[in-house]
Amino acid sequence: MPANDIIRIANGQGFWGDSILGPVRLVNEGPLDYLTLDYLAEVTMSIMQKLKSRKPDAGYATDFVTLIDRVLPQLVEKDIKVVANAGGVNPHACKDAVLEVIKKHGYEGVKVAVVEGDDILGDLDDLMAQGEEFRNMDTGEPLSAVRDRVSSANVYLGAFPIAEALDQGAQIVITGRGTDPGLVIGPLIHEFGWKPDDYDKIAAGTVAGHIVECGAQCTGGNYTDWRDVKDMARIGYPVIEASADGSFVVTKHEGTGGMVTVSSVTHQLAYEMGDPANYITPDGVADFTSFSIEQEGPDRVRVSGVKGGPPTPTYKVSMSYHDGWKATGQLTISGPDALEKARLCAQVVWDRLAFDGYEYADEERMVEFVGANVCHDGIASAQAAEPSEVVLRMGVKGPDRDKVNRFGPELVPLVTSGPPGVTGFAGGRPKATEIIGYWPALLRKELVTPRVSVFTA
Amino acid sequence: MTRTPISAIAAARSGDKGEGSNVGILARSDAAYAFLKEHLTADVVREHMRAINTGGVKRFEADNMRVLNFLLEDSLGGGGSASLKTDAQGKTHGLAVLRLELDVPDDVLASVENA
Repeated sequence: MPANDIIRIANGQGFWGDSILGPVRLVNEGPLDYLTLDYLAEVTMSIMQKLKSRKPDAGYATDFVTLIDRVLPQLVEKDIKVVANAGGVNPHACKDAVLEVIKKHGYEGVKVAVVEGDDILGDLDDLMAQGEEFRNMDTGEPLSAVRDRVSSANVYLGAFPIAEALDQGAQIVITGRGTDPGLVIGPLIHEFGWKPDDYDKIAAGTVAGHIVECGAQCTGGNYTDWRDVKDMARIGYPVIEASADGSFVVTKHEGTGGMVTVSSVTHQLAYEMGDPANYITPDGVADFTSFSIEQEGPDRVRVSGVKGGPPTPTYKVSMSYHDGWKATGQLTISGPDALEKARLCAQVVWDRLAFDGYEYADEERMVEFVGANVCHDGIASAQAAEPSEVVLRMGVKGPDRDKVNRFGPELVPLVTSGPPGVTGFAGGRPKATEIIGYWPALLRKELVTPRVSVFTA
Repeated sequence: MTRTPISAIAAARSGDKGEGSNVGILARSDAAYAFLKEHLTADVVREHMRAINTGGVKRFEADNMRVLNFLLEDSLGGGGSASLKTDAQGKTHGLAVLRLELDVPDDVLASVENA
């Protein structure tokens, strides 16, 4: 292809639970070459492993299959390629479900690829026997401390396997765990033939991927000056117009709501950015302090001059493990004297539990008076005058499930045995739910083998 | 010189980063950035957020974006699914920092209005 060609890549799903309207509108409302979709979070992988252990064909993002069913005709007609990490811990089951949908619609020859090799749960003991300690990147502790409670273990794979799947003609690429920016970098590598040592270009793709990875968070969603955001209901999801030299424009489809300004894009660049000079992905290290960012036209922001460096010798591994139990519940308490009554209610709950032999340490219990400055605790200017009502939110946690479960039954009785004006107990007794701990670690790259396979409907 | 919340001269975006939160502060003008770089130190943010964040605060600078990026190292009550807090992801911490009041020189305030 000519080097001055533009590739349009959009992200229609910022997280598991994002609106299906994002991707549906993206394929309908404007030109597009690639649609990327992010369905995974740390906790998601653990939930999916659990689903899969109960049902061998579960453990992937079923929302993705619903979406493909809804937009497949447009994808085929407009030749829009899809790259999604919807595979979770069972990418082949996801692929099979997608192939079924394609058959149902009567299309033939549509290629669906699976990128896998990220799931190392079954290899953990072998790897540990080979000397890998999987020390927690935050605490330094070796994985042996929680090994028997580990429920998922996935490597963040890079973008090259995605590019390989596209090279093999896939229209839909389903991956397991990978980096979010990789969903965007993969298509760029495929289209422009970037090589692993094109550090600046891969860094540019990383910046582009970071900007769009949370969907509408770069087009006016979660924006400080929210009054300036027009037509939020029809907010446009972001589209990257990428060039072979690595420069790109962030934009959105014409007629959609929201905005693309230097400020809206910079908001997202700062999101979860960490050390801006060293943004590490498996494909390279991007320098977020290196580029220039400018308004090129209405709803068009150009980013150019991104610099990057070589990748590190390790993959990041995301593991989850059982870390105890928690229960939270809430009641609404009206005025007069809402806050004072809420404080009394909380003390009554703790006292009644203690009376029955259940005491919770400070770090194992929580009380919030929502409406009386919870989010901005301790900041004087956020302090409200006497609130007309508050939501009393309480919770406990700990390793003992029965002890955590003892808390719930003492919350609702406040309605009849507490001060007046206590209501809002719909939802019943709070029950213990599992706490899924997060264990980030590093793993030498040579111990991981990404695999790509392509299937034709 | 006017005592004002820094929301007058900055915007913000925040989210979780492990057991802490990442708070990006976006200056609204070059002069605002220069002012914030000098006065919005890690210590100032740490003191302002002390009821929310029990850990340290690190500051990074991205001059090209006029962004000061702060890591609040223990601000989520355990983080992820272990937190009992309403704001277990630190989504509101950016706005919390924007409530910080500083004595902002008139020329810095004017630079934002003209930006």
